[in-house]
Amino acid sequence: MRKFLSTAGHGAAAVDFGALVLAAVYYFFGAPAGAQIKIGEVNPLSGAIGQYGTTCHRGIALAVEDANAQGGVLGQRIDLITEDNQSQPGQAATIARKFVTQDKVLAIVGDLTSSATLEAAPIAQAAGVPLVTPTATNPKVTQVGDFIFRICFIDEFQGKVMARFAAEQLKLTKAAVLTDVKQDYSVGLSRFFADAFSRAGGTVMKTQSYSSGDTDFRAQLTALRAARPEAVFLPGYYPEVGVILRQARQLGLSVPFLGCEGWDSPTLLQVAGKAADGCYFSNHFSADDPAPAVAQFVAHYRRKYGDRPDTFAALWYDAAALLLDAIKRAGKPEPLAVRDALAQTRDYPGATGTITINAQRNASKPAVILKIQDGHFIYFQKVTPDSP
Amino acid sequence: MSRARLILGVFLLFLLVLSLAVEGVLATTFAYYYDVLITIGINVILAVSLNLVNGYTGQFSLGHAGFMAVGAYAAASWSNHLDPVVAGVLGGMGNPAATNVCLVVSMLVGGLLAALAGLLVGIPSLRLRGDYLAIVTLGFGEIIRTAILNTDFLGAARGLSVRGNYTNLFWTYGLAGICVYTVLSLVNSTYGRGFLTVRDDEVAAEAMGINTTRYKVAAFVIAAFFAGIAGALYAHFKAFITPEGFNFFRSVDVVVMVILGGMGSTLGVILAAALLTILPEILRALAHTSFMPPAFQGLLENRLIAYSLLLIVLMLTRPEGLFGDPSAVRRRFIRTRPK
Repeated sequence: MRKFLSTAGHGAAAVDFGALVLAAVYYFFGAPAGAQIKIGEVNPLSGAIGQYGTTCHRGIALAVEDANAQGGVLGQRIDLITEDNQSQPGQAATIARKFVTQDKVLAIVGDLTSSATLEAAPIAQAAGVPLVTPTATNPKVTQVGDFIFRICFIDEFQGKVMARFAAEQLKLTKAAVLTDVKQDYSVGLSRFFADAFSRAGGTVMKTQSYSSGDTDFRAQLTALRAARPEAVFLPGYYPEVGVILRQARQLGLSVPFLGCEGWDSPTLLQVAGKAADGCYFSNHFSADDPAPAVAQFVAHYRRKYGDRPDTFAALWYDAAALLLDAIKRAGKPEPLAVRDALAQTRDYPGATGTITINAQRNASKPAVILKIQDGHFIYFQKVTPDSP
Repeated sequence: MSRARLILGVFLLFLLVLSLAVEGVLATTFAYYYDVLITIGINVILAVSLNLVNGYTGQFSLGHAGFMAVGAYAAASWSNHLDPVVAGVLGGMGNPAATNVCLVVSMLVGGLLAALAGLLVGIPSLRLRGDYLAIVTLGFGEIIRTAILNTDFLGAARGLSVRGNYTNLFWTYGLAGICVYTVLSLVNSTYGRGFLTVRDDEVAAEAMGINTTRYKVAAFVIAAFFAGIAGALYAHFKAFITPEGFNFFRSVDVVVMVILGGMGSTLGVILAAALLTILPEILRALAHTSFMPPAFQGLLENRLIAYSLLLIVLMLTRPEGLFGDPSAVRRRFIRTRPK
């Protein structure tokens, strides 16, 4: 047995070595031919948030496929180079360096999280390669420099939308906040919600916190119940939110919970069941939105994948489609021209709403509010950037 | 010092000085290779220092990422707040001399704080043995991470942007060299034999008058110091750090490098650190080659599977690691019948 294993080991080593040589040969001689526009995609396809990353990839792949089916952009094929950051800090920076020096991409789409994007953005900026992030909501991301763009709204806007919605639409004056301290985005949203809610005349009665991965929230919920709020703002991700809603109802905390885009998953409905009824959350996108751009995207996505698209797929689709549109408008595949075209984007009809890139290179676009009723997400209303 | 070692030393020093000259070209035109090179250097420091604890002293620490986090965050906060003061004395932030001094100072801050953390954890916990120690160190690593996660001053879950992009090849490999030299000289010195006796037979060592706890704490503190330095280099290289970058799995990564390289073999551990850093990148490149047969490509697209498979094969064929001492492993894991 030992002998066999050792032979197998040498065999494996030989294969390894062969692979190494092949890789080296490819690196130095194997330049692909033909006019192509290379776009780099950096995305967590595996690891802790691999599930989100996989959906995102579907969105961007669809956009690129569409463009190639129509003969490419500026007569050139789009070559999408996808790299997995394994949900591992540090990887996004390595991948960004690979994109700008090895693959020599025209532009980068990514990353999913703000922290990974903050690693990649300075590298793209220094190399003068435009980077469009579909989902990084931290305000600091686009402050890195003039090559960094974002097509989702930022936490501040979303926090404001929910605060105004609670104060004006639901006519509430007393709210509580339950924050996921492990998620920067949850911490940010909580702060912006509290600010805007008190400015709108409400009071935040009590603030409690938890960490992603927790499974028991009874202590926090009991404390919140004691404060007698009229609603609880819960900017978290669906795995915990579902459990929190269940436990809240068990403890007799029956007020509506208000959430954010992290709620958007069928899993939440399965876990929470009836407990989620009567809650509201803000989102970038609703598949039930009657706008034509949305309906068209939903049908197209369903034909390709046989599934309803979620927010992540829609945002990543928009990011790629908007970037390709900018390349077309730029008229030539050059980073500087593409950057200028991106900055001049006005009223682009995307699946996630009409996108205008503002002076801070952030997207100015509407949010949708969804209501949960009888185990379904129901499109409730759209809030435009000017109204809150 | 023998002649061969002298020549080797001079040659390595020459390479180090050469790295100063090619730094600029590498960091811009070949940024990707440069990234991989720096990552290798940082991983070598981590693995070689952990090897002092896990390999030479025979303790099982699972908290190396915790010490790295202490170093990274200490260096980052130091730089973010005090670099303008340090650089002010040396003619402003842009000055290369000031950059290098800032890096060294913040590395020292990171290393010393990590060493202090090592001392604080080491004194109470190193009276434990084997699995118990592993659990305590694991717990410590998690405590550090959770503490940072809840400290607003350190950016909490948002992560912390780090001033400057100071890390370069010279300091990374210079420090890697110092780390290797320190560990090798230690274990080959009269004093350092104590580490090996603790590993080989703790009871016998104690009977011979060796203060085993003190040796364990010493190994722990030195390892923590270098982990802190590695953390500082990492922070100044990636320019952005999050608590998630220093979780349990990061510790396991380093432990795998030590085991794969061969516990108690510095050369093996260096090679393993390099191999395990390069391998995922090679698999990344292979996944995009178009001339591969589709079946093979499917496997490579799941490069993490390919990576894990290679680890399994290596461990099955060489349980003692690449350069480990086979007899040591046999002693510990395979009970041989007395002849």
